[in-house]
Amino acid sequence: MTPRRKRLLAVIAIVAGVGSAVALAMFAFEDNLLYFYNPTQVMAGEAPAGRTFRIGGVVTRGSVQRADGSLKVRFVVTDYQKSIPVSYEGLLPDLFREGQGVIAHGRLTESGEFVADEVLAKHDENYMPPEVADSLHPPPPEPAG
Amino acid sequence: MKLPLRFLLPAVAFAALVGFFIVGLQKDPGEIRSPLIGKPAPAFSLESLGDPAWRVGSADFAGRPWLLNVWATWCGGCREEHQTLLAIARENRLPMMGLNWRDDRNLALRWLEQLGNPYVAVAYDPEGRTAIDWGVYGAPETFLIGADGRVLQKQIGPITPEIWQRDFVPHLQAAGGEG
Amino acid sequence: MIPEIGHFALILALLLAISQAFFGLAGAARRHAGWMAAGRSAVVGQFVFTALAFGALTYAFVQKDFSVLYVATNSNSELPLFYRVAATWGGHEGSLLLWALSLAGWSVAVTALSASLDAPFRARVIGILGLISIGFLLFMLTTSNPFDRLVPAAADGNDLNPLLQDFALAVHPPILYLGYVGFAVAFAFACATLLEGRLDAAWAKWTRPWTLAAWMFLTVGIALGSWWAYYELGWGGWWFWDPVENASFMPWLAGTALIHSLAVTEKRGLFKSWTLLLAVTAFSLSLLGTFLVRSGVLISVHAFATDPARGIFILGFLTAVIGGALVLYAWRAPGLKSAAGFEITSRESFLLFNNALLVAALGLILLGTLYPLFMDALELGKISVGPPYFELVFLVPMLPLLALLGVGMHAAWKRGLLQSKRRRLMAVAGASLALAVVVGAAAYGALRPLTTIGLALALWVMGASLLELVQRLRGRQGLPGAVLGMVIAHFGLGLATLGVTGVQSFKIEKDVALGVGDAATIAGYEFRLAAMRDVRGPNYIGVEADVLVSRDGRAVTTLKPQKRLYNSGGNPMTEAGIEVGAARDLFAALGDDLGQGRWSLRLQYKPLIRYIWLGALLIALGGGIAALDRRYRRRAEASEPAMVATADASG
Repeated sequence: MTPRRKRLLAVIAIVAGVGSAVALAMFAFEDNLLYFYNPTQVMAGEAPAGRTFRIGGVVTRGSVQRADGSLKVRFVVTDYQKSIPVSYEGLLPDLFREGQGVIAHGRLTESGEFVADEVLAKHDENYMPPEVADSLHPPPPEPAG
Repeated sequence: MKLPLRFLLPAVAFAALVGFFIVGLQKDPGEIRSPLIGKPAPAFSLESLGDPAWRVGSADFAGRPWLLNVWATWCGGCREEHQTLLAIARENRLPMMGLNWRDDRNLALRWLEQLGNPYVAVAYDPEGRTAIDWGVYGAPETFLIGADGRVLQKQIGPITPEIWQRDFVPHLQAAGGEG
Repeated sequence: MIPEIGHFALILALLLAISQAFFGLAGAARRHAGWMAAGRSAVVGQFVFTALAFGALTYAFVQKDFSVLYVATNSNSELPLFYRVAATWGGHEGSLLLWALSLAGWSVAVTALSASLDAPFRARVIGILGLISIGFLLFMLTTSNPFDRLVPAAADGNDLNPLLQDFALAVHPPILYLGYVGFAVAFAFACATLLEGRLDAAWAKWTRPWTLAAWMFLTVGIALGSWWAYYELGWGGWWFWDPVENASFMPWLAGTALIHSLAVTEKRGLFKSWTLLLAVTAFSLSLLGTFLVRSGVLISVHAFATDPARGIFILGFLTAVIGGALVLYAWRAPGLKSAAGFEITSRESFLLFNNALLVAALGLILLGTLYPLFMDALELGKISVGPPYFELVFLVPMLPLLALLGVGMHAAWKRGLLQSKRRRLMAVAGASLALAVVVGAAAYGALRPLTTIGLALALWVMGASLLELVQRLRGRQGLPGAVLGMVIAHFGLGLATLGVTGVQSFKIEKDVALGVGDAATIAGYEFRLAAMRDVRGPNYIGVEADVLVSRDGRAVTTLKPQKRLYNSGGNPMTEAGIEVGAARDLFAALGDDLGQGRWSLRLQYKPLIRYIWLGALLIALGGGIAALDRRYRRRAEASEPAMVATADASG
């Protein structure tokens, strides 16, 4: 194989390789890019219907309800402007607590309730997920006039 | 000295990455926090919320520790933290000044009437210029300023009793400061 | 008093690091023997004082000196001694000191064992290591001083995060850092080579054992972290594609590619510029990982410091070190040309595929880890990239890699694969596939395509490794350390693949609500909640459940999952009950009191999961054995590109 052909082959291989890697990434990203919305954005209809996304805020004090003896639990997530009810079935993480930040992963139902398939509290108790912290501390609204 | 392009590629890619990191760092809220902590608190003098003829400002508490709380009636978190602010005020360890940010004077006054007033004085900042000086980009935010006029601590978002105890009180003990 | 000594020692270490860098690099440039020797002494001095500082900090922890801010924030009077020591590296400042100490340690080791290198080259390596040390020491002294005092002293400290009060997690950072930081040696060798404009491949021979050693530590460190997450985080997961996990995995992938690429460069003088680039990349990824964890740019369990003043320093440091190295590469690498050719089924070819596939996986994982940052910087929303992405982009390159691995191990340098070998390999391949189908169908009653492929590939790699071993022993060809190490490491990889396939394909997880006396069944095992009781530990209280596990009526074990509340306050912690078996783990974690006398529990059946970590240990062992190969310890050859090899067809 001449050096020139070798180089050509190498270039083709690289382009093919990078191309397929990018294609693979795009394909893999499709359903695995999870967007984050706070309750205000969800109430404003910004969150996609029927697709999984993440919602985050603070667990409203006194809002955690368990159907007695079952794994079903309900709680309310708020950003101090708007609140969204969340339902979940399963074990809640140790770091889940009322008055503390939480992120849930799931879908919005037609009734406006968020059905979570995962409740994330992957942080220690002194740490608020930055997305949640940001949404609890908004800039001033633009003046109407 | 010839420089085939492909050998520069890694360096260029890395430079792009660094560019993104720089932007990422600047967007991190803390970036605005850290330059102010340890630095002298920006001076200001504004109309008092209650009486426009009266002026309040950073000079009012020179020489002793004090708190600045940035709030507004459009801010849900401010309502949330209000009880904690009242409790802190009741402790009577140091004075708390409010900075009413980009708000309506009458609404703000009514709010304090209805919910209670933890502030020794409230500065009225409708344009937000003072807030900008302090690096404020959302409400609520709370600052602890030391007796020497330097910013000791900043809370972004609603303050809770736990945060007060954990992040603010140790500075008061260290400063030996009861106002 | 002691903390001040520690602080002072750190300052001295910095000054010595500066000397090290100066005398090393300038001495080499001027060929000044005295200066080069001074550089070597500075290394020893830097190590001594860094160790002294580390010792001072550890002493402060052991003595419960809460007048030191770092000690007060990471320790507590009730903390047992072992964890007081471990708490030294439990937070940002202390872990930085550990980084610095590891770097100083590697630097001393390299200095001591490189006497037969020619002096200027050796001095440059030392100098570059010195530059990196300066960065870390300066970072500590300016932004993250572990010896800052707390005035007045706290009466008692905050606790060490209960999650971290665990043996595995206590030893995980030192081992991990030895790995991470060890890649600095390869980096320094590469930069020294580039600086000198060396055209030969001698540096590859020198770099290889050091890279193998660092890689070995990194493998163990990652395996420890995974194992710890499995039993401590309470939910049975062993890898989460968390940004911090990725931050350690990416250097590992680069390191794996590097040790294979070094083989080619050492043996045949090929891929010179590529190997140099890889050496720079591996350590760059280590530094990048440090940045990601400490600046708060990405979110994760471990993010030590969310203070971007520190982030800015690290970014500047990264830019200087990595940017500098890459510019150096761009300047010098074009001059390095390799002329040798090789067949498509030669060893070189397979190692090339190995590198291509590993780098592809690495690139895609890097993309996924950084994507949220890109999106946020461009104001395109706050996103996170989920595990399914990483699983897919890692799996796709790995499948062909494993398949090619089995063949590549047997390929000869330069020429194509021997006919006789082909036949034997086909036999192993056939047997693996058959066995995979049998095991999948018979043992687990499932014949899914991906599962069968995974099992087949795992068995294939293990079989091919054993075949190599058997052939060598039979042919009385001798088993140099490098070959034995390779065989063991590859076998370990196969074993780990077996574990991963088993667990991902056949695991069963179930969340249940049980009252005392109730039972639930998974995978033929019955889990019965027999009792609940209160428990008390040195610094916690909690509840414990007795979960009786039985199969076909016969008792198997009693699991005792706990839920603990540490005295220092905070959220409850779960201690899972795990029964380890040769073929499977049984796992129970306690959830919450659901009322009406019922508790939530997570029950799991995890087949073959132990083989993941056992395989990883074998991989590390293989790396260690290969690093100790006799020929690296022979002092003679310093500048021959090709090895004086015994009759072995391997590297």
